[in-house]
Amino acid sequence: MPEIRRHSGAVVVGVLLCCCGLSGLSSSVSAQQPLAPPQDFRVLDTPSDGGGSLTLIWPPAPYDSKDVRYQVLLSDGTNTPDPSTFKVVTEFPSDSKYVRESKWPWWSRPAGPEQHQYTLKNGKGVELKDGAAYLVALAVVSGDRRAFTSAIQATPAPNWMNWNQINNLFLALLFGAIVFYAISVAKKRDIFLRRIPGLDAVDEAIGRSTELGKPILYLTGAHDMSDPSTIAAAVILGRVAKRAAGYETDLLVPHRDPITMAVCQEITKQAYLEAGKPDLFKDDANFFITTDQFSYTAAVDGIMLRKKPAANFFMGAYFAESLLLTETGASTGAIQIAGTDSDHQLPFFVTTCDYTLIGEELYAASAYLSREPIQVGTLRGQDIGKALILGVLAVGTVLATAGAVLDTQWPQLFLDVFKDVK
Amino acid sequence: MIFLRRQMPLLITLITGLVFAGQYYVPHPASEQMLTSVTKWLQIIGGFALILGVSSLFHVHAVKIRRKEAGWGYSLVLYASMVATIVVGLWANGKEAVDGTMTAFGWMYNYMMVPLQGTMFAILAFFIASAAYRSFRARSREAAVLLVAAIIVMMGRVPLGEYLIPLSGDVSQWILNVLNASVRRAILIGVSLGTVALSFKIIFGVERSYLGGGKE
Repeated sequence: MPEIRRHSGAVVVGVLLCCCGLSGLSSSVSAQQPLAPPQDFRVLDTPSDGGGSLTLIWPPAPYDSKDVRYQVLLSDGTNTPDPSTFKVVTEFPSDSKYVRESKWPWWSRPAGPEQHQYTLKNGKGVELKDGAAYLVALAVVSGDRRAFTSAIQATPAPNWMNWNQINNLFLALLFGAIVFYAISVAKKRDIFLRRIPGLDAVDEAIGRSTELGKPILYLTGAHDMSDPSTIAAAVILGRVAKRAAGYETDLLVPHRDPITMAVCQEITKQAYLEAGKPDLFKDDANFFITTDQFSYTAAVDGIMLRKKPAANFFMGAYFAESLLLTETGASTGAIQIAGTDSDHQLPFFVTTCDYTLIGEELYAASAYLSREPIQVGTLRGQDIGKALILGVLAVGTVLATAGAVLDTQWPQLFLDVFKDVK
Repeated sequence: MIFLRRQMPLLITLITGLVFAGQYYVPHPASEQMLTSVTKWLQIIGGFALILGVSSLFHVHAVKIRRKEAGWGYSLVLYASMVATIVVGLWANGKEAVDGTMTAFGWMYNYMMVPLQGTMFAILAFFIASAAYRSFRARSREAAVLLVAAIIVMMGRVPLGEYLIPLSGDVSQWILNVLNASVRRAILIGVSLGTVALSFKIIFGVERSYLGGGKE
């Protein structure tokens, strides 16, 4: 019996050893298996760019993990097409750099979202010249093993159209069409405009200045004429100047930008002509102070304290000077009307001014004061645009909520479309 | 003359407006080059316009001094400091320091201009206090809401406030991230649409009062 036990024990040990040996052999075999490089590796000129860039696309592999890495290899095309001699441009884990992580929207993606992508650009030791051919390859690296794709030739070139931004063009054209449609409707029938107290108060402020025999102070903001808020401020200045001319009240318009000053001089002159009071127009009603923010603020504060205007208008874009200006104006007892699209300064204006045109109301002022069908139609177009955006926001909110509550993925598809189109 | 004063500027506006709106969608270096050139032109025009501005400044203050209007002494100070800055600036070749030594121009800038600007900016702290006092007097329902929200946010933004009212940190974050952010976004959407609409009106000549009012 002991003999049998001894033999059986030897058999068990032998079987165990055998198993261990076989498993060791099998793992050693898998370790020796060659790495398979991606089969459908592609290199193309990066679409919708200004040149100097190539995009690499390849499918995901079963071995993709953080332990296995990809290397991007580049040669200027004069070398032999042996990828092992190419320069290693970058290296990253094989479970990263997917098309879905890129900035390409769904309509301009050169491959499916599950594919890998890497964009080679100028900089960091890489110099890609437009029109020159380059050889690009990809290496898979695991431990000390390395496998190469075949080298592919590609030539970077600039493009004439950025298809990634076509959504922007589409939305702009759609909005433009809505605006022009609304204008055509406004020409045929009256369109209701809601009351804007800040603009109703313009007459009141000018009237008060006239009664007190004090001037009107009008500021056009910190930006130059390339900013829409400054243009809107200049347009409102025309209306204010016309009424000030009608009431024969002095107008003071200190400027931070000389070009804005020149434009506003013309606007004011025309306003006085239209009011039938060209003789009352003063060239120096519009004057330049300085482009420096706080020097300008100090000068305007000084004008407020010395001349004590009865009405102060703050239209256009403002920064830290807003409160310095309006608080000084409030201390002089003037009626103050502000209009700005600088959302960060709105609290200061709301706090210190009698009336504030918030954001888009600044742009609506021209239509509100003139009541011309074309201008009013533009406002209606803006409202339709806002209604569309609100509709999309509501649908998006419902879809996102439905996706979270029902724990399904399909709403995400629509949300991704909204995200890319926005 | 009417063509030069009216149609010509509108035509230039239409063409340049459309070209540069299109430029946004063209990534080609030629398009970038065009934008760079035009930006340079604008800088050159801005430089010439500055002469216009400075001459306006000199003219306005010269009239004040000549007529001895109220506060004409300030105009004299402006003239003196402007002439002094120009002379010193030319003397120092526009450099603030030479071989590590501050020039008179640099001294003027660093020890006069910078402190004056800093002083103006510092006044803001006092103005914020006075403006806050005026608005936070709970005279109306809106002012009361403003007051309560402001107190919560202020308490939530400083360590002592959060220590005294532990909930204020979370509530102030909620006010800023949800209420405040949503209202700001609503304003920004309106502003963006207003900007696009105004741009359309200017490019297509619907809005032309910036040319000097009047419809012809």
